[in-house]
Parts: sequence; C-alpha cells; structure tokens
Amino acid sequence: MLWLALHLPRLPLDVFERAAPLPGPAVVVAGDGRTVALPNAAAARHGVTPGQKLSAALALVPDLETRTRDPSAEQQALESLALWAEQFTPTLHLQPPDGLLLEIGGCLRLFGGLEALAARARDGLAELGFDATLASAPTPAGALLLARNGLDSLVTELPALRSRLRMLPLDGLDAEATVLLSLARLGARTVDDVLRLPREGLARRFGQALLDGLDRALGHRPDPRAPFVPPARFHNRLVLPAPVPAVEPLLFGLRRLAAELCGFLAGRQEGATRLQLRLEHEDHPPTDLRLELAMPSRDAAHLMVLAREHLSRLALPGPVEAFGLALEESAQLAPRSLSFLAEPGSGAESRAALVERLRARLGRDAVHGLALVPEHRPELAHRVAEPGTPAASLHHAPRPLWLLATPRPLAAGPQGPRLDGPLALLDGPERIESGWWDEGDVRRDYFVARDNSRARLWIYREIGPGPGERWYLQGLFA
Amino acid sequence: MSLPATRPAAASGSAGLHTLLQGTHLWRGHELAAVAVPSVPTGHTALDALLPGGGWPRAALTELLCARPGVGELSLLMPALARLAREENRWIVLVGPPYLPYAPAFALAGVDLARLVVVNPRQSDDALWAMEQALGSGACSAVAGWPNRVSERALRRLQLAAENGRAAGFHYTSGAATSSSLAALRLQVEPADTGLRLRLLKVRGGGMGTTLTLAA
Repeated sequence: MLWLALHLPRLPLDVFERAAPLPGPAVVVAGDGRTVALPNAAAARHGVTPGQKLSAALALVPDLETRTRDPSAEQQALESLALWAEQFTPTLHLQPPDGLLLEIGGCLRLFGGLEALAARARDGLAELGFDATLASAPTPAGALLLARNGLDSLVTELPALRSRLRMLPLDGLDAEATVLLSLARLGARTVDDVLRLPREGLARRFGQALLDGLDRALGHRPDPRAPFVPPARFHNRLVLPAPVPAVEPLLFGLRRLAAELCGFLAGRQEGATRLQLRLEHEDHPPTDLRLELAMPSRDAAHLMVLAREHLSRLALPGPVEAFGLALEESAQLAPRSLSFLAEPGSGAESRAALVERLRARLGRDAVHGLALVPEHRPELAHRVAEPGTPAASLHHAPRPLWLLATPRPLAAGPQGPRLDGPLALLDGPERIESGWWDEGDVRRDYFVARDNSRARLWIYREIGPGPGERWYLQGLFA
Repeated sequence: MSLPATRPAAASGSAGLHTLLQGTHLWRGHELAAVAVPSVPTGHTALDALLPGGGWPRAALTELLCARPGVGELSLLMPALARLAREENRWIVLVGPPYLPYAPAFALAGVDLARLVVVNPRQSDDALWAMEQALGSGACSAVAGWPNRVSERALRRLQLAAENGRAAGFHYTSGAATSSSLAALRLQVEPADTGLRLRLLKVRGGGMGTTLTLAA
C-alpha cells in the first residue's frame, strides 16, 4: 500500500478565492469572530498572521477585507476535490478539515510512476485553484503527517518514513496544545525524543491515543479508514468574493469547476452529455442553463466553449453571487489518449463539437440534419433529424432542392397557372394520390414549370370535386 | 545608325515573349496552379476546364451571384457535394437557406443525407457567425450560406476560415456585382434558355470574364 496525502493549508481562504482573487488585503476570520484564521498574501505583507486578534490586524490594515470562515464550504470543496481525485484512484478518504488521502499503490504504473502521478496531481490542484502540499508514504497517517508539515516529499519505504517522522518537531504532531506543552516540559523537542520516553509513562500521562497515533503513522499498528462515499450526482459550486453584474468574470472560476468535473469523468471513463450551469442571485431565483452535448465529452476546453456561448446570450436578472455545475447525464467514453491519435478536424468528436457550438448559440432546433420518410405526399416525405442520421435511398421522379414550408396558391387563367405571368409546363403530370386512409386525402398532378424569369418551379394542380382548377407552388429547382 | 540597331533588338524581345507565352513555361504555370489549388471537380467538364485547380476550390470561398432563387443555382453544386459527401467523413452545412432544403431532392442528387447539416439562424449576424464557425472548424468539407448582408470584413473572415478549416465555402448573394471581392472565385449564375449561364467574374490564378452555358 502506498498513500498520497493532499494537504490544503489555505483551504479556508481558497474557498473564497477560487472564483476570483480578493483584490486587496483580506483575512478569513475564525468562527469566534475575533481571531484571524488566515490572511491572504497582501494582508500577510502588512504583518497580519494566523491566530492574531482581528482588532490587531485591523490596526495594521484599516481597510482589511474580512470573510467569516465557512466550514460547510470547505467540506463541500473537499468533497468535490475527492470526486476530481477519482481519476487517480477509486480508494480515497476525506481527512477534514483540510486533507485528502489517496491509495495509489495500485495505479502507479497507469500514470507512469510516483513522480509522474504526483506531478500530475500537483498541476491539477493548481489548475483547480488549490494551494496544496503533497506527500506519499506507506502509511496513511505517515503521509498526512509529512504533508501537514509541509514536507513535499515522496517516501515509499517504511524505514525511510520512520526516520523522516522521527525528525519531525513536536508541534507537527496532531495533538492538543496542552499535550505538546507537557511533552516539551519533559524535554522532548522531536518525535524521536517522545519515542525515547518510557511508553507506559506516556500512556498513563497522555492517554493511549497519542501513542496509538504515532504507532499508526510509523506502521506499527493497522490503520483502517472509512472510505469516501461519493454523492449520487456530481455537482460543485463557487462563491464569488463579491457579486458580479456580468458573465465574463464568471469564466475564470467556471474553468476550475469544469476541470474538476472532467477529472471526475476521467475516473469513471465517462463523458458528460448533459450539464446544468446554475447562477445564483441575491434577489432573484437562480438562472439555470442546460448544456447538451451530442457526443459525450470530458474536455474542459470544449465544455467552456459551450458554456461561454450559452452565457453570452444570457440576460442576467441580477448580479451573480455564486455559481455551480451539476452533471445531469453522462455516457461511457474511451480513455482520452485515443482522441490524440485522431487527425485534427477529421474526427467524429470535432464534428459533434461543431454541432454543439452552433446549437449553443442558435438554439437546439436551429441546427438539424435531414431524413427521408417513405410517404407519397411530398410535404411528408422528409423530416428533420439529428445530424448524421443515416438515410435509406428512395427512388423518386424529379424533386426540387427547395421546398416551400406551405404550398402557395397560384392564380389560374384560361391558359393555366400564372405567377407574374403565365407559367410554361415543362414536365408532367406526375400523379400523386395518397392518404385517403388517414384523412389526408390528396390527389395532385405535379408539373415542372418555368416562369417569366426562367426559374424552374414545382407546382401542382389539385384534383378535387369542386369547380375550377386550383394550382399551388410547392418548390423551386434551385 | 542607332535607330535601326535598336529595332531588331526590340523585335527579338517581343518574339521572346511570344515564344514564352506559347511555349512550355505557360504550360508549367498551369500545372503549378493545378497543384497549388486543391479542388473538387464541379461535375461539369466545361466549367472545370476554366478553373485553375480543375474544380471548386476546396479551401477557399466561392461567391455565387444569383438574382433570384430557382434557376439551378444550387443544382450547380450537387455533383461536387455528392462527391465530397462520399469521399470525406465531414459535414456539408447549409446556413440560412431561403427555403426548406428538400431531403428527397438531395438524396436524388446523390448527396448522403447523413453528411448534411442545416443551420437556420434567426439573425444575419448569426448566419455569418455560423458560416465562419463551420468553415473554420475543420469538421466540414463544404459550407454553403445565404447570409443577408456581408461586409468586406466579414468576407475576409469567411475566406480565412475556409482556408483554416480546409472547407469549400459557397456564399450565395443576390447583390449586384461589385468590382472587388475577396473570394477566390466569383461567378454570376443566370438562367438560360437551355440551362444555366455562368459568368466568371473573378478566378484567382486563372482567366476571367468568360461566359459559358451549362445544359440543364
């Protein structure tokens, strides 16, 4: 077993800044409302530090932006991140408040080794907008300890892990402050110092938990953990640092949400076919956009093109406070490497992508294919279809390339039908009789006619019981 | 003395030019053009003979001026569209057709309906946008469009997109023939007594001003 721990030291701040960075000095305030939990870089430059009294921080930076820490947003971010991390391994564990554990022993070869996998995870986390420390170790607690102590190290063997852990300073241990203080009074400064103290005395003074924790980290005790149970459906969400009245500023954060979704889809070898993009407003019900894909995709860039088209046509009812993506429907999609081989532009994926891009802006019905219907009545012999629908060939007498949506009545004189002058009949009649069985009784004689300006038209004479001849124009031989 | 001496020289220079035009260099020039302009045969031998690549340019914009629909202006493209549909697994896109494209007629002309995509934009801007997207996507072998108004700038964009996406672009317009156009090929389509009269208004890398009549 090999474990990769992801530690997110700035998660309380990340949840506010992933959608858009806070422009000036800002801090996340702890739940008590009085203590600085985490300053951003600009505030830190002014001397604001974690644990500082808020009043002291405000004295340093009078125009300090403050956000109250949002544990539920942190939990939600951690869960979305776990879904994204499923692209690496199905075995993972949430380590609230700020960590994630991945069992990667079984998938190293798939990703080209530990270094390659870690690099990919590191790049991915940066793309998602998380500041993260990564560490690997043969025990989960060991990996977490290394990561939480900022040791961006990849350890694979127990002996190496044990010597690393022994050198850790005491305050790196996940123990209560009073315990750490007492240990320091005993003269212990490192984990190694603690381990040299008599075990019985330690257990008596500090309880078994401290020793058990160390034993698990060092691989002396088993360390079973509850597996992460993914939610029934994927969704993620970002809160903007301040409401925005336009859609353009959403794209930055939306790209992160799309990347997160695509990591999740990669883990399942699936592609999205239907997504919901929800924009939340303060004073209005949310704006929901539906993105439909003709072919499943987990290409974040492609999803962004679609989203951008939808957003560009949108009239916002009010400023946007938060936004999120939900996967409504997905389908199997082969591993991505296959699409790299396809010649650019010639692959089925790009043909589907074009249809989606056009539909995203023009509406679904504005883009369609054509199909034949085995039906005598000309106006029923065709239908719109999904682009790419294969058609069986039917044999017909001449048919015009352009059809009128509804036949247009023609004037008729003694010499026959007229349209800006008499029409010359070139070809016909072709008798079409059909439909008496389903109340669409049709009896027509079709002709190819030519008008004054030498355009060729498709016209018919209705054969009916009534008096007089009724002529109609139905098509143009374009 | 000087005057007679120059005359033969001028005459021989003119003879050289004459030889050049008649001779192998011109033939080579034609051959070069045939290689340089990837084309798809129009299906009309007489027309192919007048086009530098021997057909509709495959990665460029062709402008078709047609005063009114129904004269055979779209039938003109059918042999090429049927061939592109057969040879390439890419879309053939119709953007903003003035009437309903009638599936049986396209099938009859040999165009595989599975390759055909119809786009009906509501606004003229959208039609140009859709044409540009389709032309530039690389996913289309041919794109025919009937946009309302096209500025010179828009034409340039369409031409560029056609080049990038290796698509044969066909732009139908009823507008009067203006002197300058950015399209690679520009022709006027008129009905004739026995078929279709084509006037080549502009042929990039070829002759122009020619008129020919194609039988219906």
